[in-house]
Amino acid sequence: MPSFLANKWTKPPVFLLCLVPFGVLVGRALTRNLGANPVEFIQHATGDWTLRFLIFTLSVTPLRKLLKLPDLVRFRRLLGLFAFFYACLHFLTYLGPDQAFDLSAIWRDVAKRPFITVGFTAFVLLIPLAITSTAGWIRRLGGRRWQMLHRAIYISAICGVIHYYWLVKSAVRRPLTYAAIVAVLLLWRLGDWLIRRGRHIATAPKTQGASASG
Amino acid sequence: MLIRRKPELTYADVTPEDLYFNRRKFLKAMGIAGAATIAGSGLLELLSPSRRVYAAGKFPNLAKSPFSTTEKPNTLEDVTHYNNFYEFGIDKTAPAKNAQKFRTSPWSVSVEGEVKTKRKFTMDEILKLAPLEERIYRHRCVEGWSIVVPWIGFSFSTIANLVEPTDKARYVAFESLYDPSQMPEARYGGIAFPYVEGLRLDEALNPLTLLCVGMYGDSLPNQDGAPVRMVIPWKYGFKSIKSIVKIRFVTKEPPTTWNLANSHEYGFYSNVNPNVDHPRWSQAKERRLGEILRRNTLIFNGYQDQVASLYTGMDLKKNY
Repeated sequence: MPSFLANKWTKPPVFLLCLVPFGVLVGRALTRNLGANPVEFIQHATGDWTLRFLIFTLSVTPLRKLLKLPDLVRFRRLLGLFAFFYACLHFLTYLGPDQAFDLSAIWRDVAKRPFITVGFTAFVLLIPLAITSTAGWIRRLGGRRWQMLHRAIYISAICGVIHYYWLVKSAVRRPLTYAAIVAVLLLWRLGDWLIRRGRHIATAPKTQGASASG
Repeated sequence: MLIRRKPELTYADVTPEDLYFNRRKFLKAMGIAGAATIAGSGLLELLSPSRRVYAAGKFPNLAKSPFSTTEKPNTLEDVTHYNNFYEFGIDKTAPAKNAQKFRTSPWSVSVEGEVKTKRKFTMDEILKLAPLEERIYRHRCVEGWSIVVPWIGFSFSTIANLVEPTDKARYVAFESLYDPSQMPEARYGGIAFPYVEGLRLDEALNPLTLLCVGMYGDSLPNQDGAPVRMVIPWKYGFKSIKSIVKIRFVTKEPPTTWNLANSHEYGFYSNVNPNVDHPRWSQAKERRLGEILRRNTLIFNGYQDQVASLYTGMDLKKNY
């Protein structure tokens, strides 16, 4: 298994798999099979897939550690960039077909409607992460700073879930399902951090005490 | 993923009314004119029927209504496969799938409360209470989409005249059927059932307020509120309650489902108003199904001449 994950040929199939939702949408569009409200259909599909890919991306680290499969990390950037790809489609559908590029109306929407404000925030936070996703940027920023920056995905995922929750009128089962998954993934990180911190304190020289853990 | 299996045979598999209509007309024209002598004008008439009344299905002799818009109705497919009916699921496509086996016969509507004669009407009786009219109305959902539908029915005032509300009656309360065994999806809706709605008495008696028993020349499809529903075209769609079993004339403003679910967002009146935003989205524009770009929403959904006087002196921002 580990050697399979490390194989350089595993990435292209995963890449193609990530494109399937997009392919299905294009196929439906070409066969005029997007229902009575095609713009809404595309918005919902791309919104759903953005959240799903954010969840896939956030799952990499817990799975990697729990299953002891360090090579899983090779797919994290790919998944994260696909989250950004679907977020872009989602945003462009809103910008173009939905709002007809009426920038003043859009700006009013972003400022006034909490569910759009929070969705827009989720999207904007992903932009620097997509830009700095290259090896060159990791070098330039340094691993520690790069990692700090990329924790913005936590906020983006939280905003994305709130965006969905605030959108629905009353049927909250689906947004709450996404919220629960995101919560588990983030709480696992908190737990993992607390455990590591505890260990660090326990093993640290007595004289430095708790302050050494930073 | 997004692959959905098509159900065996759906309402959509029925020949669309307009095609069916054309075919009838064509056969009739053939009979009258004879195969050899179809005049050019006749052919043109066949290609674009000038008559607005859909008279193909169960209701062949519908009266036209002066309240009908000249706007083009949406396709039957769109109207029957994109709507909200939370008893049958929360997705717009869910009612078409989940309401197929909904039992709408036998059916009766009980009319009670502050009236001189309480009555229970069977569907057969309702259909004979008044001549059926076709009313082509704009219909605007609070979510920002709209349709144009050729409904069939008669003014709700017909019912009121029969049961004679007492002097105490100020409002009318409506209640939908709720049968969890037929509506298992309802529990995911996040709203209380049975669905209830209400109108002020003068709103209910406005001639535009329609007791609706059909659309597109035929009975109401299950997913659109069969067998009998209300249509109040100047209010957001959720006011037009579906599958009615009870009508009560009452003294006080009755509770309404969406107001109970979220009073901050859905008021008792819920008149279509582009100047009063929903707290979470603008109501200035709407997307007509079949179109991409949004069009401007009209005050009272374009019915201000008929209904604006009902609200003189009222603050429509407060009474949303």
